[in-house]
Order: sequence, then C-alpha cells, then structure tokens
Amino acid sequence: MEGFVKVLRKMFRHPVSIAGIILVLLFLSIAIFAPLLAPPAYPWNPYMMPQSGLSAVPQPPSPQHIFGTTQGQYDIYYGVIWGTRTALEVGVVVIGLALVIGILIGTLAAYFGGWVDELLMRITDIFLAFPFFVGVIVVITIIGPGITNVMWALVIFYWMTYARLIRGSILEVKENQYVMAAVALGTPGGRIITRHLLPNSIYPVIIQASMDMATIPLTAAALSFLGLGAPVGYADWGQLASFARNWIITPSGGNPFQYWYTIFFPSVTIVLYALGWNLLGDTLRDILDPRMLI
Amino acid sequence: MLSFIIRRLLLLPVTLLGLTFLIFLFMSALSPYALLSTYVNNPRQLQAPGAAQNLIKQYGLDKPFYVKYVSYLNQIIHGNLGWSQTMNETVVQVIKTRFPATLELALYSIIPIVIVGIWLGVVAAVHHNGLIDQILRVVALIGYSVPAFVLGLLLLFIFYGVLRWLPPGRLGLGFEMIYNSPAFHHYTGLVTIDALLNGRFWMFLDALKHLIDPVLTLSFLSWAGLLRITRSSMLEALGQDYVRTARAKGLSERVVINKHARRNALIPATTVAGLMFIGILGGVVITETIFNYPGIGSAMAQASEQLDYATVLGLSLLFGLITVVGNLVVDVAYALIDPRVRLG
Repeated sequence: MEGFVKVLRKMFRHPVSIAGIILVLLFLSIAIFAPLLAPPAYPWNPYMMPQSGLSAVPQPPSPQHIFGTTQGQYDIYYGVIWGTRTALEVGVVVIGLALVIGILIGTLAAYFGGWVDELLMRITDIFLAFPFFVGVIVVITIIGPGITNVMWALVIFYWMTYARLIRGSILEVKENQYVMAAVALGTPGGRIITRHLLPNSIYPVIIQASMDMATIPLTAAALSFLGLGAPVGYADWGQLASFARNWIITPSGGNPFQYWYTIFFPSVTIVLYALGWNLLGDTLRDILDPRMLI
Repeated sequence: MLSFIIRRLLLLPVTLLGLTFLIFLFMSALSPYALLSTYVNNPRQLQAPGAAQNLIKQYGLDKPFYVKYVSYLNQIIHGNLGWSQTMNETVVQVIKTRFPATLELALYSIIPIVIVGIWLGVVAAVHHNGLIDQILRVVALIGYSVPAFVLGLLLLFIFYGVLRWLPPGRLGLGFEMIYNSPAFHHYTGLVTIDALLNGRFWMFLDALKHLIDPVLTLSFLSWAGLLRITRSSMLEALGQDYVRTARAKGLSERVVINKHARRNALIPATTVAGLMFIGILGGVVITETIFNYPGIGSAMAQASEQLDYATVLGLSLLFGLITVVGNLVVDVAYALIDPRVRLG
C-alpha cells in the first residue's frame, strides 16, 4: 500500500504524466457516461449509430449533429462517444485474456525450465512467426468478421508478448536469495510462484499492458477500417475513419475542406486516446522499471 | 558462437514446420469445399460435374488430419498455393507480381527510420533530462499514438486532396502503360531501379513521388521506437568507464560521443532496426490499402474481405517465412557484431 502511494506521488510530479492521467480519466468517464452524453436511439442495441436519413453525402456540423454526420448520415458525435466504449471494451477483454494466457505460459516455462520451457517457448515462437496484424487477419478470414471474433483473433496472436516478458522477468527474479531461501524452507511451488516470483516480476507486464491499452483497440479499429471488424453502423472509430476515406478527396476544382469534419473528429479522438495511455505507460515505466533510472 | 549459429539453424526447420502446422490448423476450421481453392490451381478444374468431389478425394481432404497435413506440405513444396479468386490468377503468380512492390516500399521505409530514429535517440541521450530530451519524449509518444490508418488518411488528404502533389498508386497512368509494355525490361521488379536501368528518369521520379506517402506512413510507425531504444542504450554507454576514461584523457566531447559512446550504443539499435524491417511487413496491409499500392499487403486485405482463403493463407505463409528467416538473420548478425552477447 505504501508503495502504491509512492507511485502515485511520483506520477503527479511531471506535467506530462498528469496530462496522461487526465486523458485516460477523461476517456474512462466518456465510456462510463456514454448513455448520458449520447442517449442511444435504439436502447436495445446502443452500439448501433443512429442514422438520420439515407443520403450518402456527409452533412456539416449542426445543432442536431454537433460533429456533423458522416457517409450514410451516421452521427459522428454518437460514433465517437460510443466508440470510446467499444475501444475500452476491446482493450480490457483482449488484454485481460492475453494476460491470463501469457502469464500462465510464461510462468510455467520459467518456473519449471528444462523441456517444459523449451516446448512452451517453441510454441510461442511459432505464433510469433507471423507479423501480428497478418496473423489476426488470417484468423478473422477464417472465423469471420465481427467485434467478438476480432477480439478472439487479437488474443490468439497477442498472448506471446506477455508470456515472453513474464518469463524473462521471472528467470531474473528466480536467482534471488529469498527465492532460494523459500525453496530451502520447503515452501510449496504454487506458493513460491504466487508469493515471491509473480509479485516481483509483474512490473514490466503492467507497463506493457498499459501501452497496449492504446495499441490493441487501435488495431481493432484498423481492422474495422479494412472492413474486417465491426459490422456497418457499429460505433467504432475505425469505421468512422473508413467512411471518411471516401470524402477527403474531392474532384479537382472542389473545395478540399468541404468534408473536413468526417476525418477531423474521429482522428483527434483516436490520437488523444492513444496518447493518454502511452503517456501513462511511459510514466509507469519511469517509476517502476529500475533499469530506466540511469 | 558456432554452436549458437548451428542451434539457430537447426531450429529453423522446426519453426517452419510449426508455422505450416499452425496455418494448417486454421485451415481445418474450413469445409473441404472451401479448402479446395487452396489446392486447385485453375478454376476450370472445378467446372466438370462431380469434379469437386473427385478433387476432394484426390487431395485427401476427407481423410484424417495427418493425411491432410502431409498432402498440404506436399502442395507447398511443389510451389502450389492454390487459386486466388480476387486476383484471378494463381497465388504464386500474385506473389511474383506483387511482392517486389512491397519489398521496394519496405526498403525505402527503413532508411528514414534508421536515420531519424538513431540520430534523434543520440541527441536525446546527450541532452539527458534537458529540454530537448523532454520534447523528444513527447514527440516520440505522439508518434506511438498516431495509428497508420489515421496518419495515412491525413497524408492523403493533405498531399493529394488539398495539394494534388502525391497521388496514390504505384505509377501514373502513362508510366504504368510503359511499365507493362514489352519494351520495358523488368530487371528487379523494383520500379525505381528498373526505371533507371531502362534510362527513364521521369518514370523514376514518378515512382518516387508515389512512394513518399506510403514510406512516410510506414516509417512513422517505427522511428519513435528506435529513438527510445537508441536513447536508452546511448545513456547506458555514456555511463561506462571507457567514456569516463576518454573524458579524463581530455578528449573533446564530440569525439567522446561520436567515437566512444555512439559506436557501442549502435549495436542494440542495429538489431532493433533489423527487427523493425520485419515489423514493417505487418504495417504494409493498412498502408498499401490506403494508398492503393499494389503490393501483397493490399492483396491480403482485399482477399480477406472477400473470404478468398487461398490468397490469405498463401500470403500468410509468405509473411511467416520472411519473419522467421529475418529473425534468424538478425539473431546471428547480433551475435556476430557483439561478441559480448550471452548465447543461450
């Protein structure tokens, strides 16, 4: 508990870190209060963006649609607000599951060593043999698009990062005398893992997970951008960006800024969201990782 | 050293086998009919009545999984990856025509990553905790935070939508026709180099113009990471005894930084740059799609959207191969460059 307070105190020292915390809190509250900020048009399925008309041409910001509407008359403001929920949900679910799998495999490999380690690490290598995004696309092609399938695909190709991190970290911690003392005292293996190894080796994983809260939802958004993620009309930032793609290039002679709002609001939201988590992760790294204290 | 390299080389076939097995596992989720496209090299083979049934028998697709796996490996070894419905040619042909384009893109992208990333990393370390360091920290974090599809769209908007300077695609229409004409010799498949070899300077410039946007997008993903790594390894190097000795000898700060510290700091940075080259390959899917660049990345995205299994699986095999071999090269190179590295 004392350590936690210390971490918090350090976090509030740098203005840059405070900015990160504020951004993350802002997006968390947007997600929590989404039903108040943008009351759903279809209460039984709030993630579907309301459509006011069927015209393909985006409409500029107006009192009814403060960020304007994008292709198909989807309300951009609604998409941005509920898209925050989508992003956080994807992040929490994917990273949570990947953490469970990764920590389990990494810990087993590091604790038992020998052939267990060799076997588990070779399996990890095979999953790492694909560029992350390519692997995810393969899985989605086979199990089909959709937000749930995207989350599964991301888990399947992301747990390795955590497995490797925790393994490396535990291998270091394992050499400490307090671990040997625990072994010499006859402490059962499970207790050594949960009491000594995990608590002392979890920090790099926490830092990585915080950074991943930025990248994982953006990867999901990138899939939606390609048309492989959420269904049409689902509140998702990647989808808003892909709608905008058709309108940022106007025929020559036209005003290129005519449809600026279709790309402006989603982009700013995406970048601020990622920036918040990255700043938070960076701050955590400065505080938690002793190697960064040089 | 030698034993490390041999061990790594021996692991290569194991990893490759695992790679094919993983792809095969994914394939087993498909029905035999869907799978046929990954075996059949020409759609005409399927037209005769009952042909599909016969082919399923012929390739053993109704047999237990180990028979199917062997049959799958057999197909790969014979260079048969099936028929691409989206591109309307064999998958191998798709790779032949499109891979050079992706390679060209990746080769050009690694240049700004290495130059900007390493240079800024050294600058940040030298001004450790100073104003420049803080600014670069924030800039790098912003770099991390802009996803490829946002940056790509912004570049497309600014340089094509507004300024009309950098059009999408790989070549302008006129040059595209020249490129495809029989009079044009394809030496390497890389447009910029082939254009120069054919003595077509304007075509070379046109190709460069088409490359700027995608190269910026791809390299932007990675230079921030390289900056951070160079910075920390440079900081480590600056804290070493030999740097103190060099300073004590009265060497100028410039010599200490450039000759003593930076050389040692570059070792990990080189490795990471190698890994980034592999990492770039994952980024080509989005980047090529945004800029309509005809490489394997955009082919992958297109095929996936249309559930063209043969293309997706065939291309993923190629991506996997490049990654595995690339990782091996980087590992061995690292061990060769830095004799201090612990081999395990």
